[in-house]
Amino acid sequence: MLKQIEGSHAVAEAVALCRPEVICAYPISPQTHIVEGIGEMVKSGEVKNCEFINVESEFAAMSVAIGSSAAGARTYTATASQGLLFMVEAVYNASGLGLPIVMTVANRAIGAPINIWNDHSDSISQRDSGWIQLFAETNQEALDLHIQAFKLAEELSLPIMVCMDGFILTHAYERVDMPTQEQVDAFLPPYEPRQVLDPADPVSIGAMVGPEAFAEVRYLEHEKQMRALELIPKIADEFKAGFGRDSGGLVRGYRLDDAETVIVAMGSLLGTIKDTVDEMRAAGVKIGVLGVISFRPFPLSEVRAALKGAKRVVVVEKTFAVGIGGILATDIRTAMDGISILDYTVVAGLGGRPITKKSLHALFDKAVRDDLPALTFLDLDWNIVNKQLERERQKRRSGPVAENILRDVGGSHVAQHS
Amino acid sequence: MFEVRIHGRGGQGVVTAAEMLSIAAFEEGHHAQAFPSFGSERTGAPVVAFCRISDHEIRLREPIMNPDALIIQDPTLLRQVDVFAGLKKDGFILINTKNTFEELGLEDYVRDWPANRLCTLPAIDLGLKHVGRPVPNVPLLAGFAALSGKLELESVCKAINAKFSGKVAQGNIAAATEAFNLVLARAKDASKEVANA
Repeated sequence: MLKQIEGSHAVAEAVALCRPEVICAYPISPQTHIVEGIGEMVKSGEVKNCEFINVESEFAAMSVAIGSSAAGARTYTATASQGLLFMVEAVYNASGLGLPIVMTVANRAIGAPINIWNDHSDSISQRDSGWIQLFAETNQEALDLHIQAFKLAEELSLPIMVCMDGFILTHAYERVDMPTQEQVDAFLPPYEPRQVLDPADPVSIGAMVGPEAFAEVRYLEHEKQMRALELIPKIADEFKAGFGRDSGGLVRGYRLDDAETVIVAMGSLLGTIKDTVDEMRAAGVKIGVLGVISFRPFPLSEVRAALKGAKRVVVVEKTFAVGIGGILATDIRTAMDGISILDYTVVAGLGGRPITKKSLHALFDKAVRDDLPALTFLDLDWNIVNKQLERERQKRRSGPVAENILRDVGGSHVAQHS
Repeated sequence: MFEVRIHGRGGQGVVTAAEMLSIAAFEEGHHAQAFPSFGSERTGAPVVAFCRISDHEIRLREPIMNPDALIIQDPTLLRQVDVFAGLKKDGFILINTKNTFEELGLEDYVRDWPANRLCTLPAIDLGLKHVGRPVPNVPLLAGFAALSGKLELESVCKAINAKFSGKVAQGNIAAATEAFNLVLARAKDASKEVANA
């Protein structure tokens, strides 16, 4: 059924349709309306056979998720930003133990400086945690990916983060096609654990493993993610058969035929990029887009196949590795190993800075002329940067950077519209 | 694509207004995308929300920088925020105030504007009268539907019912109906003026 609803609420309804049995969440900031929405549905009885556990922190949220998943319950939670960081120790345990928890990460920046806005720093910081990470382009895809995620997680016995842009998607009202309970039931069978704490057949989960077998256990985690590379497209195909739309998969190309320049990105930014690329295509530029949906596992061969005919690749990413540059870009380069393609990394949208079509257009124009440096920070205000650098040169005790810069920009750091 | 920017203050239902606008447009079969200017919400602080309406899927995710229409929920913002930034020439302007554009000091700004694109509405009074609270968002939304001719009153009422229930919904529907008819009557007068000019 078509509905005009908030992204968070759409995800809440989709998770409810997946018949979760335990939802544990820390309900205050950084959190979204998702768990609030499901909490209401559990309380009203709309979601049956489900326990909503209000925990005292994100660390507790993931710890309870581990416990309930190990006990054989379909388990869901959601977090973002510092909340994700606070649960990290347990995040690694969830994947290390192979527990099929599904968690929404409503992507937000990480402080300091304190910032509540969108970028991808939070989930990307957990790139190597052993969780599968799927990035949604729209609210429709976000809700669809949650339904697919439970199936994928439970088939492999691995946890999954469904990443959706905080605010930009979570707080946006847009049209979504909400599936029926029958459709979801036909697609997603009841949870059949591969390992479970069962009093009738007791086992322990969480052994200490020494050097004699640690590498093997970790290798098997990797092997599972390699299997996910095969399973993700299959599940997307099954989803299409049942629900009638393309959602998920590993990567998604747009206007890639004969494209000499390919823009690579993840998440909701792809929409603005596609609009920009349409304009440039109309002006005769051979440019296309590659959206990466599955960031972990990373689909090396699919990316390689999509990019091999291009002359240049521009990776636009909403976070970066301080001290080197692009993160997604590094994976893209690995995929292009041995192929001669120029590649450019662009860091954009940090801490909620709007990414405009105008800026992208100018950026892509430069890229097409091979007039871009290897690493670009989109729309960076060099006056502000240089002023602070000068201040540091002039005076040893030059003060805290964030406070200095806020004074320089006149305190109007909340860009309402630029 | 038709783009609307709503300015107001925390507590005035700015974000809700944009969301309801998107629901009303959806009810008429359009694609619509509503989103707030993201920030830490505080009562009384300037707030902006956006709504795009289109007959095609909306992929663009940037803030609305060149709106086709502005709804200003609090006239005191005129002295604090550049509410008109990027407004398209001859775009719709609807302001919550008992005063006229002249009295607000906007005479020069709107000098060449077509009269049927401009409207002021005492939305706080309508909110107080029908809902019992000084919330201007719903009357302005209905006023905007009338001014722009983009939406039927019925769609606005459907959006109200999607957001509110019981007495609050009824009161808001009454406020919306009065606002819609008020602006429609004024728009007719303004069109006559334009025709006579």
